[in-house]
Amino acid sequence: MSPSSIDYQIMWNRLIAVVEEQATTLIRTAFSTSVREAGDLSAGLFDRQARMIAQAVTGTPGHVNAMAESVGHFVAEIGAQSIFEGDVYITNDPWKGTGHLHDITMVTPVFRKGVHIGFFAGTAHVVDIGGRGFGPDAGEVFEEGLLIPISKFAEQGQVNDFLLKIVRENVRTPDQTVGDMFSLAACNDAGNRRLQAMLDEFDVDDIDGLSEFILEASRRATRAAIARVPDGRFDNTMQVDGYDAPVRMQVRLEIEGDRIVADFDGTSGMSAFGVNVPEVYTRAYACYALKCAIAPEVPNNAGSLEPFEITAPEGCILAAKRPAPVSVRHVLGHLVPDVVLGALHAALPDTVPAEGASALWNIQISARASDPESGLPSAEVLMFNSGGTGARPTLDGLSATAFPSGVSTMSVEATEHVGPIVVWRKDLREGSGGAGARRGGLGQIIEIEARDGYDFYFNAMFDRVDHPARGRNGGRTGAPGGVELASGEKLRSKGRQLVRNGERLRLSLPGGGGYGPPEDRERKRVEDDLRAGLISAQDAKEIYGFDD
Amino acid sequence: MSVRIGVDIGGTFTDAALEHPGGLATTKVLTDYAEPEAAILKAIRIVCEEAGVAFDDVTQIIHGTTLVTNALIERRGARTAFITTEGFRDVIEMRSENRFEQYDLNLVLPAPLVPREDRLVARERVAANGDVLLELSDADIARLVEAVRDGGYEAVAVGFMHAYANPDHERRMGAALIEALPGVSVSLSSVVSPQMRELPRFNTVIANAYVQPRVADYLGRLTARLAETGISAPVFLFHSGGGLISVETAAQQPVRLLESGPAGGAIFAAGYAQAHGVEKALSFDMGGTTAKICMVEGGAPKSANTFEIARTYRFKKGSGMTVSTPVVEMVEIGAGGGSIASVDALGRIQVGPKSAGSEPGPACYQRGGDAPTVTDANLTLGRLDPDGFAGGKIPLDPDASLAVIDRDLSVPLGVDGTEAAFGVTEMVDENMANAARVHTVEHGRDIEHFTMIAFGGGAPLHASRLCEKLGIKRLIVPPGAGVGSAIGFLRAPFSYEATRGFYQRLDAFDVAAVNAVLTELRAEALAFVSEGAGDAAVEERLTVFMRYVGQGWEIPVVLESASLEAGAPEDLRARFEAAYQELFGRIIEGLEVEATNWAVNVSTQVADVKRVDAPAGLSPVGDSETRSIFDAGLRARVDAVEVRRDDLSAGMAVSGPAVITENETSTIIAASYAAVMQADGALLISRKESAA
Repeated sequence: MSPSSIDYQIMWNRLIAVVEEQATTLIRTAFSTSVREAGDLSAGLFDRQARMIAQAVTGTPGHVNAMAESVGHFVAEIGAQSIFEGDVYITNDPWKGTGHLHDITMVTPVFRKGVHIGFFAGTAHVVDIGGRGFGPDAGEVFEEGLLIPISKFAEQGQVNDFLLKIVRENVRTPDQTVGDMFSLAACNDAGNRRLQAMLDEFDVDDIDGLSEFILEASRRATRAAIARVPDGRFDNTMQVDGYDAPVRMQVRLEIEGDRIVADFDGTSGMSAFGVNVPEVYTRAYACYALKCAIAPEVPNNAGSLEPFEITAPEGCILAAKRPAPVSVRHVLGHLVPDVVLGALHAALPDTVPAEGASALWNIQISARASDPESGLPSAEVLMFNSGGTGARPTLDGLSATAFPSGVSTMSVEATEHVGPIVVWRKDLREGSGGAGARRGGLGQIIEIEARDGYDFYFNAMFDRVDHPARGRNGGRTGAPGGVELASGEKLRSKGRQLVRNGERLRLSLPGGGGYGPPEDRERKRVEDDLRAGLISAQDAKEIYGFDD
Repeated sequence: MSVRIGVDIGGTFTDAALEHPGGLATTKVLTDYAEPEAAILKAIRIVCEEAGVAFDDVTQIIHGTTLVTNALIERRGARTAFITTEGFRDVIEMRSENRFEQYDLNLVLPAPLVPREDRLVARERVAANGDVLLELSDADIARLVEAVRDGGYEAVAVGFMHAYANPDHERRMGAALIEALPGVSVSLSSVVSPQMRELPRFNTVIANAYVQPRVADYLGRLTARLAETGISAPVFLFHSGGGLISVETAAQQPVRLLESGPAGGAIFAAGYAQAHGVEKALSFDMGGTTAKICMVEGGAPKSANTFEIARTYRFKKGSGMTVSTPVVEMVEIGAGGGSIASVDALGRIQVGPKSAGSEPGPACYQRGGDAPTVTDANLTLGRLDPDGFAGGKIPLDPDASLAVIDRDLSVPLGVDGTEAAFGVTEMVDENMANAARVHTVEHGRDIEHFTMIAFGGGAPLHASRLCEKLGIKRLIVPPGAGVGSAIGFLRAPFSYEATRGFYQRLDAFDVAAVNAVLTELRAEALAFVSEGAGDAAVEERLTVFMRYVGQGWEIPVVLESASLEAGAPEDLRARFEAAYQELFGRIIEGLEVEATNWAVNVSTQVADVKRVDAPAGLSPVGDSETRSIFDAGLRARVDAVEVRRDDLSAGMAVSGPAVITENETSTIIAASYAAVMQADGALLISRKESAA
């Protein structure tokens, strides 16, 4: 009996559980902090034609949508005739994977009764990949670490020992980096076992019919949603800090019927530093933004991604060419949705938020003994932190919350067990939300000091210091970010800097932009904000005209 | 004579189960929200009458309740202030800084229990190792006491950074508050939940403070009313970790009562697992709005030390409030008899988490429900008897079910009513099966090796299909399943788990320091247990939460003794690696191991459950009625045997497809399964050999 529509629906539902199990396996076994604590990963199932049909809802958009493209590269390079049962493929090529060397993507072909029927793929951010380490300072991708071209990690069950040796000898954390590779392979296996059980249960031997059902339903629903957006051309430009020079991001959206094209022509050229973004990563975030605004309810798969056509001219900072350095491509990548949503606003008023802090303020802290003779061990501490999101048409922005990234912060108490630092402060930054009828989300203030006997270095890669998040429809800008010592001495918002024992680093994370004119904000909300200390009495009076 | 009564206050019903030497009497009455103790008294009266027991013959009352959970969900608590370390005022508002739903631009995060203006900061700071970095001054204490007084708060929660490592500042703050403001309830994080990680610890102490005055007041009223009524038996509370604590402890630490009702269900299932010699069981409880699943291994439910309450967004992980307190670990999903089915923009059937509840209820209740629910689908598929539901008290209207199913599902899907109804039950079964599978996978287990124990109104209808989907071969449907939690309360020991965040690397392990902590924890736990159990014999269990250095997840490692020997680091490492291997299939060479949190559980011993022997011989059930039901596995309507559960005696066998009816629910036996009535009244349902 061939499967009915209800059967396909049930199987579709099951596939979501299958890829969730795949992702869970990865989260629980990975070493990388960003995978475990912050969900910096993706996992998905692809059909024989390398089209993604299901994807775990954990994960960050940059990974997920980029990985959706990557399996096609694997098929093209490995060649259909060389795909065998028991194979596992690997790459961390930024242009064919998910945008920087730290992300390893592994793909496992799925066989049933000796026939190749699809692929599982997983991506994870590893602790170390050699080179200069995670940071923007390389001049070329070659300096950023080891690039593993698309190749066989395992062939017919035999792991490639030569590849493992190369990796082990080229990274600082061989056990953990190689461990994460095995975690990826294991998570694909976990997905495969569950898929096979499902195929047994439904007595089918391939996923072609299911794939068509899923992709067609998703494509149709997405196209229908796009068709509801008014036709036209919509332009937007946004200036952000960049690394060595301000970056202009420009996008044109062309919407015609059920087609939408986003073109980043006019965007600044590449940077000499590792903030360049491979186009695949730009597409991932642009697509994410459009999907959130236009068709959020359609599951992420090749069918729902396909209708969004995204392009950037090769050689611009959002479509960097080899061998550009790309290590911290996430900073500008995270800002892509703001510029895209800004363009969409003209087509879809009352839908998209104002600009937000958007780029994460990740801090990599290297604690070192003040006196090298003291014998105190060094320590590395990583923190993920978020500023405020832009206000929404009917809702205030979210304070200290990641958008568009999907990562989480870590417990300060746990962080203080990792290295000899004290976080004196991590709380909301009062008054930082852009004023408006709906207020932007607040940023946060973080103060960090080394413990006795230590200094620390931190690698600054912070945006929206010179170019704060803009408001929409008369909403005001959010507060710009700030980097300084608690004493008031200004520090640079980019690059590695030393904070000596006894000094405190103070980071003021940006707020989100406001939405609508502040004078339209209801009195009750101003009153509530004032009582909670989210705005100052002066702002209440001067901006909102609240004077009692 | 021992006469014990278990009472469970649920969202809709208050259940009581009275156990006396002659047997068991049970009842359900409607929960009284304004005066919960009134429903308890009513239920006690009914079971005492039924059992022929006088009030003063009752020897013990054990009480569990969802009132604490509900108070948090509905935000009905005390006016509460939170005093925390300067710089950390917004921990509970900033949460994990992420969005639990990626694609919703209009996401709303749950508001913190204590609004920002009621969060006060103290100038103090303790380091990760317990060193004082900034001394809390008496002047600051005095300032905060005044602020609490001026604010007119009923309750105060105190949560300072690293207070699990050094509680001195919290204690001084607490003592000053108690002295100056005797009427104000004070909760300290170092008492309520002394574990590392500020967000769950702060959430926990705040939740405790928030509900404490109301819970203490309620427990006071309850004991007074019982005494007035002539019931002098002592009352104990059933806590979420699956044991009993005194009324006094419960009144001080009401956060330990969260989820106590569902935990009772898990203990109930555990009793049947033991009686039937089941090593690995999966308890499955399905009600009107949610389904709960819990692993029971070696006769004991799986426990955890954190869980998430009050999820606000489609039961989505992350949308609630994570608290750290010992709990029976359960997964809860929005799937119940009242769950509403719809067709989404992609033409897919979606079921739940929105529920029609019991009011207005499913369309077939004819009480105003106008959306197709799981119950409507079950009725359409012949799985419910329209005239026998709730003992005939609620007549069901199949036409009403079919009408809404056709309107909302069949038409948009282009299928007939039966196919649409099948789609609904299949989707809800799929959702529950997936949740169960993920849960066992997260613990490194294969679900095929489990026996399911199903109870609660909806579970017996869905359980055999679930087993079919999950490859589970054996299913037990116990009697009295409608009041499982109340019965479970009667099976529980006195127990208390004391926890402490105490960081130790195994390569720099200080056995003496650890033992000093463990001694304190044991003494603390024992003191609470003795309040109820006197000097009864106890057993202890140590759980150490460990991980490889650099990892973010701890895994629990259980030891039988809470005092360590000189070789402890090696022993702990070996046990950790064994547990790691079991969970993840491998260990990692060359990495150090660290322990973060420690928990000592002290409990009284419970009498061994009597093993139930398999019936001596099998006899087929005699001539019976047949009913047409839809069998999901066969994907067809079949003639099913219909028998009353009351008519079955030990050894009688019923081969699926079959329906076994009772007043509270019906048990559906899929065509691929067969049931045998056991001596204790449980139905043992096994996969037919030929189908295995």
